[in-house]
Amino acid sequence: MAGLSISKAIAQALAAEMERDSNVVVLGEEVAAFGGTYGATSGLLDRFGGERVRDTPISEGVIVGAAVGAAMNGLRPVAEIMGINFAFLAMDMIVNHAAKVHSMFGGQFRCPLVVRTTSGGGRQLAATHSQTVEHLFAHFPGLKVVAPATAADAKGLLKSAIRTDDPVMFVEQATMYSQRGEVPDDPDFLIPLGKSDVKRRGRHVTVVAYSKMVDISLKAAGELAKDGIECEVVDLRSLRPLDLDPVFESFKQTNRCVVVEESWRTYGVGSEVAARIYEECFDYVDAPVKRVAQKEVPLPYAGNLERAALPQVEDVVAAVKSVL
Amino acid sequence: MLPTSTLSSSAAPGSNSKPPHSHLELLELYRQMVLIRLFEEKCEELYQKGKIGGFMHLYIGQEAVGVGAVAARQPQDSVITGYRDHGIALAAGMTARVAMAEMLGRVTGCSKGKGGSMHLADINLKFWGGHAIVGAQIALAAGLAWADKFQRRDAATLCFFGDGATNISYFHEALNLAAVWQLPVVFICENNKYGMWTPIEKVSAVTEIRRKASAYAIPSDVADGMDLLDVRAKTAAALEHCRAGHGPYFLEVITYRFRGHSMGDQRAYRTPDEIRKWQAEDPIGKFEKVLLDAGVAPADIDKVDDDVKAVMADAVAFAEASPFPDDSEIWTNIYIEP
Ligand SMILES: Cc1ncc(C[n+]2csc(CCOP(=O)(O)OP(=O)(O)O)c2C)c(N)n1
Ligand SMILES: [Mg+2]
Repeated sequence: MAGLSISKAIAQALAAEMERDSNVVVLGEEVAAFGGTYGATSGLLDRFGGERVRDTPISEGVIVGAAVGAAMNGLRPVAEIMGINFAFLAMDMIVNHAAKVHSMFGGQFRCPLVVRTTSGGGRQLAATHSQTVEHLFAHFPGLKVVAPATAADAKGLLKSAIRTDDPVMFVEQATMYSQRGEVPDDPDFLIPLGKSDVKRRGRHVTVVAYSKMVDISLKAAGELAKDGIECEVVDLRSLRPLDLDPVFESFKQTNRCVVVEESWRTYGVGSEVAARIYEECFDYVDAPVKRVAQKEVPLPYAGNLERAALPQVEDVVAAVKSVL
Repeated sequence: MLPTSTLSSSAAPGSNSKPPHSHLELLELYRQMVLIRLFEEKCEELYQKGKIGGFMHLYIGQEAVGVGAVAARQPQDSVITGYRDHGIALAAGMTARVAMAEMLGRVTGCSKGKGGSMHLADINLKFWGGHAIVGAQIALAAGLAWADKFQRRDAATLCFFGDGATNISYFHEALNLAAVWQLPVVFICENNKYGMWTPIEKVSAVTEIRRKASAYAIPSDVADGMDLLDVRAKTAAALEHCRAGHGPYFLEVITYRFRGHSMGDQRAYRTPDEIRKWQAEDPIGKFEKVLLDAGVAPADIDKVDDDVKAVMADAVAFAEASPFPDDSEIWTNIYIEP
């Protein structure tokens, strides 16, 4: 075990999988010579060479397009899109092609592709550079969508994402790259896709979150514990396939739930989780499922405005108290 | 002289010896064009009877492009196109049976009835589809070629698209990437002068499409899409360029579709005169003359016509006798791993 930043954990996962399978290739803007905008591909060019680690033009459509074509024809590309806001320029390739070439052609083609990208606000980058929109991709059958909250999860999930024969959107949170955590060294350390994880045990309220909101939720749980309120924090880790079993199990004990998401509330992850709780656990409901989310505005630049718009620890604390 | 068994199987790709062509070779190319023509006419009929659904785009008039270009490939070379894909699929070696079954949404279709007219494909023929988002195949082709180059497979990719597709971002991004990465792709623009009902002059700043390739330092040529041997020779040269490791090549093929953009297109955007003028250039009629001039016996040509008719009758019977996919098939092929 070693205390590792998330960006190092990702670099380790990439290196381990490239070592293991010579068909794994990395492409994207600034991924080779400069090791990635967030350092997550650092060292790969020196170790694996320019044929396997490739800088691309600023052409999101063909970055993912070439990656899909190459995946169909035998490679296992990991394409980095610098930010999920730019993935809109590759949206067609991701949702109309990566997600569909397997099914639409009757199973003939495979698309073992990972699109790695960065999501989230909190860096004063204003409205076009701060969005949290991985749930949009999770809407599409055929895609898998993963968003880790810890360094160990980032490593284990990315390795699984590279190994699966299905296309995966792997979404990292932009402010979390330097966050450190214990990460197993074992090159075969894997975390399965589509498995939620209980990050804290508690019996009063179920708090459901993923990515950075796990951190916020754990901090809120720490605060609440001082008042004797014990939260069970469930980290979804994958948005598709979505594993809600641990949520239902927890809810049947707590009868109360708060869902925390960095994106907007409307049509969001919280809506989905709440609906599923009502469908599956109706007889256990003691309070309406509460959603903590970003205010429904394009995220502003000024630090105070950005902070006011994004979910904060105190919002989670208040939401938990409101369902008790 | 052409046994029925060869009629439904693929032409040996890569038989691109220089002229004079053998009679057998000429008859085979002729057969493929006639097969496409009759296949399309049958599709038209079945569509009008309501047996084929969705959007359907016929290849009638453009047969010499697909047949000529694909005849120049080696078996390891890939082929990919847009939604106007029936002709390319058949030229790539898909049987009329399997293609027709897909048209009718049957489980025996190439895509098990999940793709339909616009999504024919056969991985075993290295025919990668059939893609209905305009221009997407151009980006996918860059990836197919990248994988081939990475694996040192000595293979190239023939990528077909329309004139309208040269205005979409995929076209520009993919040409640029293919040039920067020196990818073995032959970009083949089937310039039939219209994107749906809009003439190219109204929507493209440059109407001599090949000039767009020069922006990406990709060498180019133009071929007469009504002349099968011209298309084949120029595609063969383009493939040689790719195989020699010189990167992508661009071929603009001037052609014309004799039918509407898709089924049910009754709009008046072309004059009857223009259509008549092009129909006088019918690529099959012209090629028949090439055969006769080369001394092929008229009876041998008639025999091919008859054989293809039999193949089509068999294909329709096969497709109509095939079952629809079971309803449970909606749940298959979504993910490879749960
Ligand atoms: C991205 C996208 N926009 C619009 C359409 C609708 N559409 C289908 S075919 C077509 C015209 C394409 O013309 P061209 O590229 O010249 O090919 P042709 O049909 O002439 O073979 C359009 C606009 C589409 N399928 N995809
Ligand atoms: Mg056109």
